Amino acid sequence: MTRYFTEDHEWIEVDGDSATVGITHYAQSQLGDIVFAEVPAAGATLKKGGDAAVVESVKAASDVYAPVSGTVIEGNDALEGDPALVNSDPEGEGWFFKLTLSDSSELDSLMNAAAYQAFVDGL
Amino acid sequence: MNAINQSGWKPEMGNAGETAPATYTGNKALMLEEALIFEIGTAATTGVDLADAPKVAARLGNLERHRDIGLPGLSEPETVRHYTRLSRQNYAIDLGFFPLGSCTMKHNPRLNEKVARMAGFADVHPLQPVETVQGALAVINELAMWLIQLTGMHGVAMTPKAGAHGELCGILCIKAALAARGDPRSVILVPESAHGTNPASAAFAGFSVENIPATSEGRVDLAALTARLGPDVAGVMITNPNTCGLFERDMKAISDAVHAAGGYVYCDGANFNAIVGRVRPGDLGIDAMHINLHKTFSTPHGGGGPGSGPVVLSEALSPYGPLPYTARHADGHYTLIEEETAQECHPHSFGRMTAFHGQMGMFTRALSYIMSHGADGLRQVAEDAVLNANYILRSLEDVLEAPFADSGPCMHEALFSDNGLADGFSTLDIAKGLIDEGYHPMTVYFPLVVHGAMLVEPTETESKATLDQFIGALRSVAERAKEGDPSLKSAPHHAPRRRLDETQAARKPVLVWREPEQLVAAE
Amino acid sequence: MRYLPLTPSDRQAMLGAIGAKSIDDLFVDVPAQARLDGPIRGLPNHASEMAVERHFSTLARKNMTASQHPFFLGAGAYKHHVPASVDHIIQRGEFLTAYTPYQPEIAQGTLQMLFEFQTQVARLFGCDVANASMYDGSTACWEAIGMAGRITKRTKAVLSSGLHPHYVSVAKTMAQYTGDTLDTALPDLSANTDSVRLLDAIDGETSCVVVQYPDILGRIEDLSAIAAKAHEHGALLIAVVTEPVALGAIKAPGDMGADIVVGEGQSLGVGLQFGGPYVGLFACKEKFVRQMPGRLCGETVDAQGKRGFVLTLSTREQHIRREKATSNICTNSGLCALAFSVHLTLLGEKGLRGLAQLNHALAVQAADRLTQIAGVELVNESFFNEFTLKLPTEARPVVRALADREILGGVSLGRLYPGTDALSKGLVVAVTEVVTSEDVETFAVALQEILA
Ligand SMILES: Cc1ncc(COP(=O)(O)O)c(C=O)c1O
Repeated sequence: MTRYFTEDHEWIEVDGDSATVGITHYAQSQLGDIVFAEVPAAGATLKKGGDAAVVESVKAASDVYAPVSGTVIEGNDALEGDPALVNSDPEGEGWFFKLTLSDSSELDSLMNAAAYQAFVDGL
Repeated sequence: MNAINQSGWKPEMGNAGETAPATYTGNKALMLEEALIFEIGTAATTGVDLADAPKVAARLGNLERHRDIGLPGLSEPETVRHYTRLSRQNYAIDLGFFPLGSCTMKHNPRLNEKVARMAGFADVHPLQPVETVQGALAVINELAMWLIQLTGMHGVAMTPKAGAHGELCGILCIKAALAARGDPRSVILVPESAHGTNPASAAFAGFSVENIPATSEGRVDLAALTARLGPDVAGVMITNPNTCGLFERDMKAISDAVHAAGGYVYCDGANFNAIVGRVRPGDLGIDAMHINLHKTFSTPHGGGGPGSGPVVLSEALSPYGPLPYTARHADGHYTLIEEETAQECHPHSFGRMTAFHGQMGMFTRALSYIMSHGADGLRQVAEDAVLNANYILRSLEDVLEAPFADSGPCMHEALFSDNGLADGFSTLDIAKGLIDEGYHPMTVYFPLVVHGAMLVEPTETESKATLDQFIGALRSVAERAKEGDPSLKSAPHHAPRRRLDETQAARKPVLVWREPEQLVAAE
Repeated sequence: MRYLPLTPSDRQAMLGAIGAKSIDDLFVDVPAQARLDGPIRGLPNHASEMAVERHFSTLARKNMTASQHPFFLGAGAYKHHVPASVDHIIQRGEFLTAYTPYQPEIAQGTLQMLFEFQTQVARLFGCDVANASMYDGSTACWEAIGMAGRITKRTKAVLSSGLHPHYVSVAKTMAQYTGDTLDTALPDLSANTDSVRLLDAIDGETSCVVVQYPDILGRIEDLSAIAAKAHEHGALLIAVVTEPVALGAIKAPGDMGADIVVGEGQSLGVGLQFGGPYVGLFACKEKFVRQMPGRLCGETVDAQGKRGFVLTLSTREQHIRREKATSNICTNSGLCALAFSVHLTLLGEKGLRGLAQLNHALAVQAADRLTQIAGVELVNESFFNEFTLKLPTEARPVVRALADREILGGVSLGRLYPGTDALSKGLVVAVTEVVTSEDVETFAVALQEILA
């Protein structure tokens, strides 16, 4: 399993031709207390860079973009009742959705953990 | 000694050093806690005496409401006390300085309240025959004439109910004008510093919205704007003076460029207070501009409304303005142009945007204010508003970063950022510190183009003494934020409530009151 | 000038502190050709309080007021007696001169009032939640149609012919630019509403059905069947209430299955004011709350655990979501919401029920009296405090003739539906607690004479 990152602070963990997506620790720390997350429904088709989910804090709303194209397998229903999971465990329990990849070559343009860390340090 | 009365009390100073214990009631002398009407009222209590209903056979279509509605009642003394107690937990202009940027919290003259309550205006129905409301129509018409003259525009739509509704009105005029020439333009350009209502209004009417960047000076980037113009751009929405408190020097050039490219220019006039009587927006080439009567023309904000947002229109857009409107005839008689006569008098109107004639109760107040000031007084309003803002800007720029201070004077509001505060301290802490000092904080975190924005709008109705004390207080709070005074992080300490948990409110919204049993049952 | 505290020497001192020579230095960013060199010519200069008051008194006298004449107008705005304490409370400076409660620690008065208002509106309408107000009933109605579109992702709205024609106009104005389609019709001058048409029109493309209750002619109809059919097809039922006092007598729309209930709150506390400011009411089922327009006040606690209130779910709103907001509304009708809430608190359950009963009984008596006039027929089978008469002749000139006799005798359908011959004989008559039996008699006698 490999984890990639985007400049918009999403992470994607790939396992074969399926993957799990969420927002990074850095992203949640910037947003503050998450009060609401809207995740895509199973079956939705996503395009790389397109709107995939919404995450809201008290005073801000952000779109979460699809790091790669694909079809949603499931959204994380746990976030509906407990959006704070995105704060407490953004890169684990606080995942947003799982999808099947339609073009794994899209992963090539993403960063690995070290590159993302360097990117964040530079912000 | 011949004592007349020896039972009188003896003054005692007590020990002032003692700390205050918690009180039994939770009250703190004049700071009184107040329960909800649902906790103190009952279904059997009422504060209104009514005649008994004559006995008749009901004709309610067998739809009688049998179930309890759940409305508690209070007697009149309880009602007056409930709301009086609540009122005392509010900050208000009547209490003190309220420098909320972009909101123009000026004094609300009481003469305005008096005239608005005259029965001839307050107690007339919107659908009365026009012969019976000639005085009301005269007020609308007189105010309309003032607004046209003060702005140098061609026409005015009086019905919009607030600033955002006025934006919608202007945008619909643009839509109608484009439709009339069969032009499918679909994009409205809005600067990043714009108020949220601008993009929202454009989208509400079906346009797509694109941002245009600002220059490092805090003004619209004319070159970037011009580069984006094209056959898909319906128009721009520019705030002038803008939300950074600066006059858009290039306004005329912007208008000319937009017109040359076939678009229209909407101006957000929320900040008209800075220029009223000194600049006529009509001289800058704009096509439509709303005027918040509840800002520039002093109608009270009422804790969130009502407002009123008449829109002045250029000759190009006037034909498309909404119904109804008033018309004055040579003999001094007024008529209402509604759907019926529109075919003849106003055939291109985009239609009605609200049920009746607009915010009559605000028109009387605004006209009273305008007549009180007159042409000379309104000019003085703009000058004093701008003078007060610059005084604040220059008095505080050494302690708070003022990102555009080098761009020249500001208009009616001074903008600061939170750069330079101690680690972990932000605009929020300064705002809450000001509450303890007895002020309403400035507008915070708006405009979005400045980090931790603090937008201070003093208005012209504040004295120099008030400004001097505020400057001292803000300086003191800013210094504490720069030093990292931990007590500032927990401010306010002296308000009716400490900081409120907005995260909990949003995560588990409780928007209506429920009886405790209902809550238990729902768990 | 009485509203300006700065003295000439203050101004000099402040210019000095700023480092400006004159006030003109502060306006340097205004291009020279746009600068006015003095007060705008042709406009009067400042005026004393007395002079201004005199001007308004003169204009006010030219209007015929509701309280001083037999008065029977309704059709979306109603004359009710407003207790004196309502106006006293809304004139307290702490309510009147406060802004939107952006700093909750020093705005608990407004916030608690809004929380109470939201609860009152939700209960009155039979809904789970309500917002902190809209501009008025007509704009609230369009916002509800827009909200139904977002929820159902459909664009066809079916509007009852009993919906106030101005509300229909507002919806048409917006729909011509948003791509929504509206299925509309004109009412018949009969006891029958167009519920059959509505039931027929609902299909898999319908986002919502919009029904006014009681409707523009005053008719009252059970909404359950329409709700059931709408829900069967995945559509929503929006009910519109222009006379909230009615809900002290008749079932709440929410209890008959309405998903969104909007209304005009002017009847309680606000007064006629020639059409504004009024207060839009907006309530719905809890599951739709994130699609609601406007401000919402919610309960929470402060840092010491004390109950308090804040504006919440703001991410729906324009200041955060901008072009993706659920509405562009910002300033709403806060003070009118306060007036509404105070009036309803004074009434309470008992008072509202009594008031509703009184309105209905007086309206029944008036309808009976007026239909004694030869040729005057009652259109309605059911009504609350407003009914429609069919006159033997066109109603509009009759209304004018009544006004000549200083009687404000209802709203003619000719005014509301100009050019529709089939409706021209209709006269909508509202009878509230302010109408006396002498008023009804005066009206009846004059009407008989005019029709003779
Ligand atoms: C710059 C600006 N534009 C528009 C608005 C919207 O006006 P309103 O609140 O009257 O709808 C405001 C006020 O809040 C504003 O400050």
